[in-house]
Amino acid sequence: MNKNMIITGLVIFVLAVLSPFWFNMISDTQAAPEPELVGKAKAEKKCVLDKYDMRANHMSLLDEWRDSVVRDADRIYKGANGHSFNMSLSTGENSCLGCHEDKAKFCDACHTYASVSPYCWECHTNPKEIE
Amino acid sequence: MMEKSRRSFLKVAGIAAIGLGAAPAINFAASDSHGAAHAVKSKNKEALSAHRWGMVIDTNKLNEEVAEQIKEACHKAHNVPNFDHEVDEEKYPKTRPVNHKQEIKWIWEEHFHYAFPDKEDEFLAEKYHDLPFLVTCNHCKNAPCTQACPTQATFKREDGIVLMDYHRCIGCRFCMAACPFGARSFNFRDPRPFIEETAPDFPTRSKGVVEKCNLCAERLAKGEQPHCVEASEGAIVVGDLEDSDSDIRHILDEHYTIRRKQALGTEPSVYYVM
Repeated sequence: MNKNMIITGLVIFVLAVLSPFWFNMISDTQAAPEPELVGKAKAEKKCVLDKYDMRANHMSLLDEWRDSVVRDADRIYKGANGHSFNMSLSTGENSCLGCHEDKAKFCDACHTYASVSPYCWECHTNPKEIE
Repeated sequence: MMEKSRRSFLKVAGIAAIGLGAAPAINFAASDSHGAAHAVKSKNKEALSAHRWGMVIDTNKLNEEVAEQIKEACHKAHNVPNFDHEVDEEKYPKTRPVNHKQEIKWIWEEHFHYAFPDKEDEFLAEKYHDLPFLVTCNHCKNAPCTQACPTQATFKREDGIVLMDYHRCIGCRFCMAACPFGARSFNFRDPRPFIEETAPDFPTRSKGVVEKCNLCAERLAKGEQPHCVEASEGAIVVGDLEDSDSDIRHILDEHYTIRRKQALGTEPSVYYVM
């Protein structure tokens, strides 16, 4: 009697604990979107840091850039790979959006997937969206 | 079978624990923190620099028209909202009615007796009653706003410009209370519906931050003169106050100039040629 109760209890417990896996098995999960490179960024092939660093650390890089521009008035960033960049999110040719021209494909694709909503665009403007 | 004493077991375990702990520490020391370590940050080659930026406004060269032109140039370039602008209903539906007391301004016209309340002489020359006086942030040497700001969102840059980092502003408005010149405006609402044409070279602000004149830091960085100087037809000169050979110092040497509310000791960097 006791044995049966315990075993059914355990089975239910294991099923419940692993429920995220079951859920994933029955629902079709989407693979994480790759940021799509278009236009200038595609031709350039060399970003500020290498791809994986950029993927993991772009937010700290932007934070560092902001402090540098606003506090120290240093606006040129010469990366370890020898390329110079204009430390700006959206203004000018040599800024983030100056090279990665399509914000929807570059920023939003991943941010939407990862369900993060940075508030960059409350102030910064996408030059393509200004009519 | 090998004989293992408690003593020898603990020794081995201790050494193993040190080894485990050392690995991450060595890795950490060996890694160059995300490749940014070799990066060099610098100013643009053509950037203008100064020990202390200052401004001279020649009131004799100002009239209503020029003053309007200057204000227009500044506000347009910096995406300062204009509450008289009719909101695009399609793009921004349900925009609530405007309260004009919440207006936002970086540079604006003021009457002499408001701009210089301590200099209101009994028999002040007639012309000063009607002249438009352009007032803006004074980029004070002892800026009280920077001392009031609890987050260091507003701060004094090395070259004397009192600047804001809008990212850090929490909208407490202590700076507005501290500024004796009313040079700061608060965004009580999203400014975007009231921006006629968004200038792509400068961000807008968001609801809940304070804003003010930045002496066109973004233009000085590119080696260009501020917008107000360019639009002023010679009435405004911006330069280095600490450099005794600069244009601005020559003007100060040759003319009688006044500053706003000097008695407060904030040492404004904006001078008015009378």
